Amino acid sequence: MTIDVQVDRELNLKGEVCPYTFVKSKLALEELEVGQVLRVIVDHEPAVSNVPRSMENEGQTVLHVAKLNDADWELLLRKETE
Amino acid sequence: MVAFSDEQIQRYSRQIILKEIGGKGQRKLLNARVLVIGAGGLGSPAAIYLAAAGVGTVGIVDFDRVDASNLHRQILHYTEDVGRPKVESAAETLRHYNPDVTVVRHAEPLTSENAVSIVSGYDIVVNGADNFPTRYLVNDVCYLLGKPLVDGCILMFDAQATVFLPGKGCYRCLFPAPPPPGLVPSCAEAGVLGALPGLIGCLQAIETVKLILGIGEPLAGRMLIYDALAADFRQVRLRRDPDCPLCGDSPTIRELVDYQEFCGAPIPTA
Repeated sequence: MTIDVQVDRELNLKGEVCPYTFVKSKLALEELEVGQVLRVIVDHEPAVSNVPRSMENEGQTVLHVAKLNDADWELLLRKETE
Repeated sequence: MVAFSDEQIQRYSRQIILKEIGGKGQRKLLNARVLVIGAGGLGSPAAIYLAAAGVGTVGIVDFDRVDASNLHRQILHYTEDVGRPKVESAAETLRHYNPDVTVVRHAEPLTSENAVSIVSGYDIVVNGADNFPTRYLVNDVCYLLGKPLVDGCILMFDAQATVFLPGKGCYRCLFPAPPPPGLVPSCAEAGVLGALPGLIGCLQAIETVKLILGIGEPLAGRMLIYDALAADFRQVRLRRDPDCPLCGDSPTIRELVDYQEFCGAPIPTA
């Protein structure tokens, strides 16, 4: 599946584990404007479900979660609220 | 805006995760300046948790030295600190907890002469005074300077805590003037359970953090009363007294007052 969105910031969190995957994603999203999109790359498998769940709890939108290769996933997160 | 260091992200991660705090809240904490009156039973847990939370500047006012009888409740100080100035011992302990924090040492008694200049440099005051002259002086200077005051007091097995927001009531609305010397026993005379100021000092730290972040409902307009023996928490409503001598409609107190010392040794008059 492909998704056509403009990414405003990229964050490579390969090597990071929970909870820092979420904490660093959250800090990066705080610096964006509402409506902008953050692309996060993780290679810590629990983060693939944990980060989106925590983001949704905070009222942000998870646009897309996809496996890129054997090790990496991408998460597309749109900022909805400050 | 300076980015958080990796060390800061790790240290504060459990706070940054909280929706109500996040990176923006953590920055507010790091930029905040809180003055703690007394490095004693209340001031110890309050200062420790404020420092651990990353409150960027913590001022401590205390002219006293650590005594062995302090150690059962004043957890800023260790056995080997007996005899040291409390602000020195406190600053060292807080540095161990969090080197991010600047600790400002005010190793002097708070008086009508220095109160304005000391308190002016801070956003919020935490009252851990162990005597009535200081308690009234802190109340008065906070009102006159418009500083929020996070108040707590303890004796034996009983405790009280409240927050006085500027213009919304003060300690004198409840108790217009100090009791006569000798009427109310001090901790030295009456004793205190060590963990009791631990509880109230933590509560003061929580209220202070809430005020810095602007989250939740402050413990203002009400007083929490805790009876440790009964394990009973109660709340009573407080409201500004229009006849209050300090913050009322026709105030009679317009400047700071030094009352005669009546907890422990008298204040030298010369």
